[in-house]
Amino acid sequence: MKTEIYQPEKTDRKEDLDILEQTVLNEYKYGFVTDIEADEAPKGLSEDIVRFISAKKNEPEWMLDWRLKAFRQWQKMTEPNWANVTFPPVNYQDIIYYSAPKQKIKPNSLDEIDPELRRTFEKLGISLEEQKRLTGVAVDAVIDSVSIGTTFKKQLAELGIIFCSMSEAIQEHPELIRQYLGSVVPVTDNYFVALNSAVFSDGSFCFIPKGVRCPMELSTYFRINAENTGQFERTLIVAEDNSYVSYLEGCTAPMRDENQLHAAVVELVALEHAEIKYSTVQNWYPGDKDGKGGIYNFVTKRGICKGDHSKISWTQVETGSAITWKYPSVILKGDHSVGEFYSVAVTNHHQQADTGTKMMHVGKNTRSRIVSKGISAGRSNNSYRGLVQVGRNADKARNFSQCDSLLLGDKCGAHTFPYIEVKNNTAVVEHEATTSKIGEDQIFYCNQRGIDTETAVALIINGFAKEVMNQLPMEFAVEAQKLLAISLEGSVG
Amino acid sequence: MDTISYFKEQLNQLPQTQPAALARIRQEAADAFVQQGIPATRHEEWKYTRISSLFNKGFEWPVNQSATAVGEDQMQALRLPGSEKANELVFVNGRFSKELSVIRSKDLTVLSLEEAAAGEFEPLIAAHLGHSSDYLKDGIHAMNTAFMQGAVFVHVAKNKIIAEPVYAYHITDARAANSLSLPRSLVYISQAAELHWVETFHTLGMQESFTNQVVEMVAEKDARLFYYKIQHDAPHTNLVSTTHIRQIGQCYTYAVTISLDGHIVRNNTHVVMEAEHGEAHLYGLYFLNGNTHVDNHTIVDNAKPHCYSNELYKGVVGDSATGVFNGKIFVRQDAQKINAYQSNKNIILSDAASVNTKPQLEIFADDVKCSHGCTIGRLDEEGLFYLQSRGIPAKLAQSLLLHGFTSDILEKIKLDVIRDYADQLISQRLELL
Repeated sequence: MKTEIYQPEKTDRKEDLDILEQTVLNEYKYGFVTDIEADEAPKGLSEDIVRFISAKKNEPEWMLDWRLKAFRQWQKMTEPNWANVTFPPVNYQDIIYYSAPKQKIKPNSLDEIDPELRRTFEKLGISLEEQKRLTGVAVDAVIDSVSIGTTFKKQLAELGIIFCSMSEAIQEHPELIRQYLGSVVPVTDNYFVALNSAVFSDGSFCFIPKGVRCPMELSTYFRINAENTGQFERTLIVAEDNSYVSYLEGCTAPMRDENQLHAAVVELVALEHAEIKYSTVQNWYPGDKDGKGGIYNFVTKRGICKGDHSKISWTQVETGSAITWKYPSVILKGDHSVGEFYSVAVTNHHQQADTGTKMMHVGKNTRSRIVSKGISAGRSNNSYRGLVQVGRNADKARNFSQCDSLLLGDKCGAHTFPYIEVKNNTAVVEHEATTSKIGEDQIFYCNQRGIDTETAVALIINGFAKEVMNQLPMEFAVEAQKLLAISLEGSVG
Repeated sequence: MDTISYFKEQLNQLPQTQPAALARIRQEAADAFVQQGIPATRHEEWKYTRISSLFNKGFEWPVNQSATAVGEDQMQALRLPGSEKANELVFVNGRFSKELSVIRSKDLTVLSLEEAAAGEFEPLIAAHLGHSSDYLKDGIHAMNTAFMQGAVFVHVAKNKIIAEPVYAYHITDARAANSLSLPRSLVYISQAAELHWVETFHTLGMQESFTNQVVEMVAEKDARLFYYKIQHDAPHTNLVSTTHIRQIGQCYTYAVTISLDGHIVRNNTHVVMEAEHGEAHLYGLYFLNGNTHVDNHTIVDNAKPHCYSNELYKGVVGDSATGVFNGKIFVRQDAQKINAYQSNKNIILSDAASVNTKPQLEIFADDVKCSHGCTIGRLDEEGLFYLQSRGIPAKLAQSLLLHGFTSDILEKIKLDVIRDYADQLISQRLELL
């Protein structure tokens, strides 16, 4: 990414004037009066852009206020730098904060969708019809910033389940959005959350009413399409008493040279006896072999087990992104609530991943389990960073954490930063971690039986990651296993 | 006057007659200290330990300290068992006291740092003094280096086994005012030599004390170093104690830290393995009550292949005490065939006690075996029930189990007199429960 360095000795008066002139012109260009037909906001971020996004989406006054509050907070904050990753500074003024795919009218059925877009989806293997017919998965596909197709909506509606895009939810269910949006991840939580809260373009909203067990896996496919567009997705899932939902999130992104920023926020709320299972397969473009390009994935994901006996489970398979920086967390507030985190993170070439979880035990008899498997190859760096916090009143809290790292090649790194803070003497907390490589004897054993080295490595890695893969829903597990093998192609031998 | 301005003034008054090499190291540290100040909890390495507010109490550090009033009778009360057969190094308010110290081994050379830097040991000092600064980038460490006064250099000659252990006493005189002491030493163990080193800390008087001590130890090929640190000072004393062990040849080093008392205690224990086939052991025990806060930070840096290290820290935390553990294992690129193990086990005895632990691995080589683990919990209820069902009262059962838990570390102390002494201290602590 280009950074401009101020060099006073080289600038003369004329240039100064030029810059001044440009700035004046720019301000005019970026002003609040923007062509309403525009599908893209101009580059850069200002209060006007926030107003533009909000106006573009026909949002009510309270939503705009909420965004502006976040924006003003963001201006006061500085980018965090504690993660174990290095990257050139992001120029937040060089990003387009809103872009919608070119469409004339809002489609009522799949047939009305632009065939170009449909073709891209098919390439990615997300045929809407097929999914609809064969797998029974309802898909809320988000391309760039606007939701273009929602299936199975009616079927879900019969059960009282709301599954729609965030913009729709703001229009149609303002009372739920006002109650829950930002209740788990406050706008001031961190730099990227404030940024997302100010400019988020769309996302998914899911509401499971009391006593309903969602009959199918809900799923959203995110994809970055237009160049230079940062994606700022916002997901909110609320599960009322005695309900259950399993939610899938998958990501693919095409080849790009310039780094792209992805700063999403995901909030989960589980009330009494509710259970939310959130699975992710993340396969953003990781950059090429020399570490050029790739997505910056700075995501804040957090769930709260608000009611007693509730459960939130995060499962993630991370194979993509140039930089991954995310910590799906659970606040275990309700008594007897359960938090789980299962993760496989694979880094190859120059990828960097700093990922892990936070389990905050607040209620009594709360339990959490962390299983994290990191695989590093090439020149990549893979860090696990996790926090297990047991509060003063979290009697009989129980945590078990296991983080294993596997190193393939001698130029990569594996790091573990577990933070464990316990303030209760009835808590039992365990943490264990190992780092190793694939044993030569294991490879030899496979070779002996006619399995070539590359296949053997894929086999061993799938075995290493099995504990996590088993947690994925069927449809994802198959895809994820293939992904692991593809991600590590050419890293052995 | 704020803390930094006070110390800046004291810095300016320090005598400038030192050899050039020392003056340069001190000046760099002084700049770093003034720039960084006392670390706040925002500093990642000080996240769980708050020391900045301590300095509001105005610790005094007079530039010209008169020959102290610590006499033989006071020393007598502080002496560790076995002292009649030990070399005794006494530091009073951070400065080495020749009068109180006793050197019994003829192969052990003890010189003031200035004297050593002016003589034949100059290359050793130039090469090794201040090496710990690469690992501790904070104002507290820089402070010790900036104010190096009355520091010592200890040298063990080649092939010599020092049969009599070295007992290093750090005495801070806080009878008149809140007192700060900044002891510093550099220990060099030559090829195939062996040394046992025991360190303790004492405060005289009822005012508060702050001891910020650094010892850097260098071990050559085939050397053997056994280092023990016992912290059993009064509850109004504060301590930051840094032990930086550098293995420059294939050698064997061993360090045990026992922490029992104090207000805030921070131990930085480092082993830097710069030669192949090195072996390092790090053990620690903290058994805390009252408001004591003990923070153990350890670093094992594997820079060369084929090294082995084992680390075990155990803690029993009661009352409203806090135990902190942060262990780091680094494996550098191309440092293959490393075996590095780290474990931290904690028992919390009361409702108000806290344990914060962060066992950390940073690995840049693939052919390694590294593991770390930590547990936090309370005494095994089944074990307690088993003992009680055989007629052992609950209190005694608890104390038996805890004694068993701590003995893992106590038995690592290889000097019999010191082990018995530590065991006795633990037994006293168990009786208080």
